[in-house]
Amino acid sequence: MTSSGLFPLVPLIVFLPAAGLLINIIFGGRMNEKAIGAIASAASGLAFVVSVLLGYALWSGNGEAVVVPLADWIHIGALNVAWNFRVDTLSVLMMLVVSGVGTLIHIYAIGYMHEDVRLKNDIPRYRRFFVFMNLFIAMMMILVSGDSYLMLFVGWEGVGLCSFLLIGFWYEMDTLGRPSWANSNAAKKAMIANRIGDFGFLLAAFTMFWWFKSLTFADVFAGAATVPASVILFITLFLLVGVAGKSAQIPLYVWLPDAMAGPTPVSALIHAATMVTAGVYLVARSAPLYTLVPAAQTTVALVGAITALFAATIAVGQYDIKKVLAYSTISQLGFMVAAVGMGAFVAGMFHLITHAFFKALLFLSAGSVILGVERGHHHLAHHDEHAGSSHEEIHSTESSEVFDPNDMRNMGGLRKQMPVTFWVYLVGALALAGIFPLAGFWSKDEILADAFTKFPVVYWLLTIAAFLTAFYMGRQIWMVFFGSPRHAAAEHAEESPRVITVPLMILAALAILGGALNLPGVDSLTLWLEHTIAGVEAGQFNFLVAGLSTGLALLAIYFSWLLYGRRPLVEGQPDPLKKLLGPVFRVFERRYWVDEAYWALFINRYVDVSRFLADVIDGRFWHDWFHEKVLAGTYNWLSRTVLDLRVDQQFIDAIANGLGNLTRRVSGELRRLQNGFVRSYALAVLLGVVIIIGWLVLK
Amino acid sequence: MPNTIPLSWYLGISAVLFTMGALGVLIRRNPLIIFMSIELMLNSANLAFVAFARSFGVLTGQIFVFFVMTVSAAEVAVGLALIVIIFRNKHSIDVDLMNSLKG
Repeated sequence: MTSSGLFPLVPLIVFLPAAGLLINIIFGGRMNEKAIGAIASAASGLAFVVSVLLGYALWSGNGEAVVVPLADWIHIGALNVAWNFRVDTLSVLMMLVVSGVGTLIHIYAIGYMHEDVRLKNDIPRYRRFFVFMNLFIAMMMILVSGDSYLMLFVGWEGVGLCSFLLIGFWYEMDTLGRPSWANSNAAKKAMIANRIGDFGFLLAAFTMFWWFKSLTFADVFAGAATVPASVILFITLFLLVGVAGKSAQIPLYVWLPDAMAGPTPVSALIHAATMVTAGVYLVARSAPLYTLVPAAQTTVALVGAITALFAATIAVGQYDIKKVLAYSTISQLGFMVAAVGMGAFVAGMFHLITHAFFKALLFLSAGSVILGVERGHHHLAHHDEHAGSSHEEIHSTESSEVFDPNDMRNMGGLRKQMPVTFWVYLVGALALAGIFPLAGFWSKDEILADAFTKFPVVYWLLTIAAFLTAFYMGRQIWMVFFGSPRHAAAEHAEESPRVITVPLMILAALAILGGALNLPGVDSLTLWLEHTIAGVEAGQFNFLVAGLSTGLALLAIYFSWLLYGRRPLVEGQPDPLKKLLGPVFRVFERRYWVDEAYWALFINRYVDVSRFLADVIDGRFWHDWFHEKVLAGTYNWLSRTVLDLRVDQQFIDAIANGLGNLTRRVSGELRRLQNGFVRSYALAVLLGVVIIIGWLVLK
Repeated sequence: MPNTIPLSWYLGISAVLFTMGALGVLIRRNPLIIFMSIELMLNSANLAFVAFARSFGVLTGQIFVFFVMTVSAAEVAVGLALIVIIFRNKHSIDVDLMNSLKG
């Protein structure tokens, strides 16, 4: 079989995960946990194998895009949408990342969700979790493999749905397990923020269809040069709104930190490695449009760069281990968006891949830390029950406040209890900080080098963001793993089982070696992507930029050591940075009050408007006045006064009663004849006969 | 001289007998008397039948009389049985006491 014969396999990347989730839906009830997890992981793993085969077919061919038709979908007038798969170097790259990282996270989740459902004592959710995860993989594959903006949008919405379902996975509690709607509110927030972005995407798609009469990539890109530049500007800017929603950019990023309410594998897969990078993919995919309008490119780059810096400052002031990573993700997505905005599509995609490796690694390790601390806490509570008064001081704190296993202030010194997790976390953190020779160094440096030559403002914004990145990751490492435990739960933390640590080690290896994908001078990723994105050039390695960013990263780590490493935090001590920065730190800690501002500016206004509509328009006008007074009043008057009183009671009843009375009166008279005396009847008969005969005779 | 008595005489007697019978039925309270009165009315009719039969020289009227006599015998049998039952129930045979069918 020639390698091009492998292309028709491409629908399997969607149908294998779909088969996995169907098996788990239909037969999962009768299977044990291990089988459910194994089927879901196998479905994702087989999709990875198919992706590898497709990559091989492209590599051994000439790298040209292949369109594999599957089915006709919509056929109305000029609108003609087919479900076609597009196999090119860009889509296969995304497939490999999604299914590869996705498979590792599935395997990790077998262990993680086992402990999660046990600790929260809710076994049936285990199956649901893997059904959602497989659905996500299928939807993400539709997104990256679609041949038109509409198929991309199908996947775009599908992953949004999975994100919603999985953020609200523990829908009846908050992140601390107390009964509350906090988690489902976080899910709704993600849904609504994404809806705003989707509105932009849809407007862009409608405009495309209006001008090009088609939504396939080939038609749109072919026609792009023939329409006015303002049309392309309109399309690209509205696509940016979609990107801001899905990839958590200013001003729609607010949903992503709250999305940490979902289980940690979800945070790693959907809210760090894959789904949130869909916006970056969209811009890279739409490269032929963006390169036509420099104004749109500038806007995208600035939005990305400002987001990168803005989110990095917030991450400095967070205490929740996952919130730090969430803001870090927003910041890194800002790097990618800035890169693709500047036209450095390869650098953006490169950072997308390495970020998928090390951010998935960081989230999964954070999950391992959380599990370890939860185990310690569980052990403690358990121990406490039996030992009685021996842990009295702990007991008192336990009962008075809810323990937060995500809070870094409760951790400390975990490198002794959880050595494997510590080392992989360290690898992820150094890769994120951009330390040579880890993956993050190469990809971030390529973005910075591109920005240095193309867009100095963006370069400086991103450089400061990179400095802060190294600082907050250093802060996190010192706070979590060094010093001494600040809470008894951290003291009793235990290392996670192998099903969790082995995927971590694989991801750590990828985070170390990921930079090899696009080493300066070799440029394998550039050569790979130039088949799909026209006009990409190999990023030049700039020693000044690389040296400066590495130096700044090391400096930031040194600062973090000064603040958090030299004298480790003790229990109840406020953050040392608070003393140093004062009110500025409070701004970071409170996230610039953006959520509060959104509440005050939009949500409360929206609530006011809805209340006005509900109370005044619907309640008083529509219900009380129009329905009650006008409709019901008229009807009541008509039925009661006219029909009931006049027509029914006075006319129809009169007829019926009159007939009844008449009959009764006549029969009252007639009954007197029926006196029971036989003789009177006989007399009547006689008289009758006499009368008849008399009449006959006298006639 | 059997043919010398004219038909109207017979009919006159018949009418008188019928009137007496009818008055008897209407006036008397004793059911036995009422029965007798009924017999009187039937027989006045019989007299009219035979008178006409003789006058017109046909036998149909004669034969009809036999039927009337048979029916009246049957009627008396049923009537007497009814009277006996009524007497057993009411210890009286006064017809004015039997007005339960009053409307």
